[in-house]
Amino acid sequence: MHVPDGFINAPVSAAAGVVAAGAVAVSLRGARRELDERTAPLAGLVAAFIFAVQMLNFPVAAGTSGHLLGGALAAILVGPYTGVLCVTVVLLMQGILFADGGLTALGVNVLDMGITTTVVAYALFRGLLKALPKTRRSVTGASFVAALVSVPAAACVFTLIYWTGGTTDIPIGKVFTAMVGVHVLIGIGEALITALTVGAVIAVRPDLVHGARGLTSSLKLRVDGELVDAPARQPLAPVAARSHRGIWATGLVTALVLAGFVSYYASANPDGLEKVAADQGIDKKTEEHAAKDSPLADYGVKDISNARISGGLAGVIGVGATIVVGSGVFYVVRRRRTQDAPDDTTRAGENV
Amino acid sequence: MGAGHAHKLYRHGHSPVHDLPPHCKIAAAFCFVVVVVSTPRESVWAFGLYAVLLGAVTALARIPAGFLLKRLLIEVPFVAFALLMPFVVPGEQTHVLGLSVSVPGLWGAWNVLAKGTLGVAASVLLASTTELRSLLLGLQRLKLPPLLVQIASFMIRYGDVITDEMRRMSIARRSRGFEARGIRQWGVLAKTAGALFIRSYERGERVHLAMVSRGYAGAMPVIDEVTASRAQWAHAAALPVLALAVCLLGWTL
Repeated sequence: MHVPDGFINAPVSAAAGVVAAGAVAVSLRGARRELDERTAPLAGLVAAFIFAVQMLNFPVAAGTSGHLLGGALAAILVGPYTGVLCVTVVLLMQGILFADGGLTALGVNVLDMGITTTVVAYALFRGLLKALPKTRRSVTGASFVAALVSVPAAACVFTLIYWTGGTTDIPIGKVFTAMVGVHVLIGIGEALITALTVGAVIAVRPDLVHGARGLTSSLKLRVDGELVDAPARQPLAPVAARSHRGIWATGLVTALVLAGFVSYYASANPDGLEKVAADQGIDKKTEEHAAKDSPLADYGVKDISNARISGGLAGVIGVGATIVVGSGVFYVVRRRRTQDAPDDTTRAGENV
Repeated sequence: MGAGHAHKLYRHGHSPVHDLPPHCKIAAAFCFVVVVVSTPRESVWAFGLYAVLLGAVTALARIPAGFLLKRLLIEVPFVAFALLMPFVVPGEQTHVLGLSVSVPGLWGAWNVLAKGTLGVAASVLLASTTELRSLLLGLQRLKLPPLLVQIASFMIRYGDVITDEMRRMSIARRSRGFEARGIRQWGVLAKTAGALFIRSYERGERVHLAMVSRGYAGAMPVIDEVTASRAQWAHAAALPVLALAVCLLGWTL
C-alpha cells in the first residue's frame, strides 16, 4: 500500500503531511511517557523489529504469500505512541532509502499505514479488553479483532484521501470495493499472525506486552492479617509534567484550518485540469455519460457541469477526514489520560 | 555496526554530488519531487526534460545507468496498477493496438507512471550518493525532531542485526525440516516473530543500559557538525530551480 509520488495531488499530500506531523508530535510526547528515557534505543529496536517482520512472508493458499503491516502488532506490544513512532520511522526510512513510497507521499503513507492502523487497532483493542474478562485468551482475541479491522480501516482512509486528491478519476465506488475487498483478505492474515505473535510473547514474557499490563494482579501486602493494596510504584521520571492539552488543541485547530484551506485549494486544482480536458472535446462525453447510471455518478464524475459540486464535496470530505483522524488520535490520548489518573494519584497531586 | 558501516544502498564515490552536504541534497530532492508532482500531466515534454535533468545529475555523480535502473525495479507493483487504469476508468474510448481503452485512463496511467518513476529515481539518487549516517544528520539539520532521528539511527544500526537474527532463525527452522506451505504453519512463524520481538526488546534494554553507563543523558552528541556554504546551497538548488522553470513553462504553454 506504499503510495508513490504523483498518485495524490500536491495540496492533499501537503495536508496529509501536516496531519501526520501533528500526530507524530503527539506520539513523541506520549512515547516518552510510555518508555521514559529509554525511548530512543527501545523504539529504535522495535522499529528494526517491525522492519524485519515486514520481510517475514507467510504463505497464503495457492502459492501466494503476504507480509505483515505491523501497525496493530506494534500498538499492542509496545503501546500506541511508540507504535506510531516505530511504524513512522520504518516508513520514513523506506521512503528515503529504498524509494518505497514517494517523498511527497510520505505524509499520506504515514497517515494511512502508520497512524490509522495503530490508532484504530489500539482503540478497538482497549475497548474489547474493557468488555472481556481479564485473561490471556481475551488479549489474544482482542488483538485478533484489532488487527483484522485495522487493515481495512487503512484501506478506507486511503480511499478517502484518494477521493479528495486522487490524480485519476476512477469512480470512487470501484476504488473502495477493490481496496477494501483486497484488504479484508490481507487483514485476516494480519489478524491471525498478530494474535499468534502476541500469544507467543505473552506465554514467555507477559510483562513486555503493553496491551496485557492490566492482566497482572496488583501487589498485595498483608498488614495486620489483612490484604491491603500496595502503593503504586512511583514513576521514575515524570517527563511530561506539563499539561499538553493546549498544544494538542492548537495542533488540531491548525490542522483543521490548513486542511480546510488546502482542500479548498485542492478542489480548485482539478477544475484547472478539467478546463484543459474540456478543450480537447468533451461534447460527446455528456451523452455517453447519461447512458451510464452508476450509483456514484454524482461524486465520481468530473465533467464541467459538476465540477463545482464535486469540488465542494472534496473540500467537505477533506475536513471530515481530518476531523475523524484527529479526533481518533485525541480519543486515544484522552482515554489514556483518564485511565492513568486513578493509578497514580500521587503524580496527579504533584502536577496540581 | 558503528559509523563505518557502509550500506549496500550507498555507492561510494567522490563527485560533486557526493560532496554536497546531506541536508542540501535532501531539500533539493524533496523540492524536485514536489515540482514534478505539480506539473500538469498534459505537457509530456516537461517530463522528458525532468528525466534529462536527473540523467545529468546521475552522470555528474558518476553512477552507472544500470545501477539506477536496477533500483528503479521497486516500482514494478505500481506499474502493474497503472497498466490496469486504461481499462477501468470510464470515459471517452479509443483504440490502441486493437484494444478499447479510455482516454482519461491513459492520461491517469501516464501521470502515475511518469511522476512515480521520476520520484523513485530522485530518491534512489539521493540514497546512493549520501551515506546513511549523514542522511540522518541531514534530516536532523532540517529540524526533524532529534528523538525521531535517534530512533531512525538505532533502527538502521540494528536493522541488519535483527534481520540477520531472523535469517538465522529461518535457517534453524529449515534445518529441522520446517517448510512453510500454508496456514497450518502460521503458528510457527508467529512464534518466530514473538521470539524476535523479545530478543529485539531485550537488546534495546541492554543497549540503553550500556548507553546510560557511558553517560547518555537523553541526547546524542553531534561530533561532526555539517554546515553548508552559500555556494553549496546554490549548487544543490540548481536541480529544483531548473525543474521549476520547466514546470512553469508547462503551466503556461
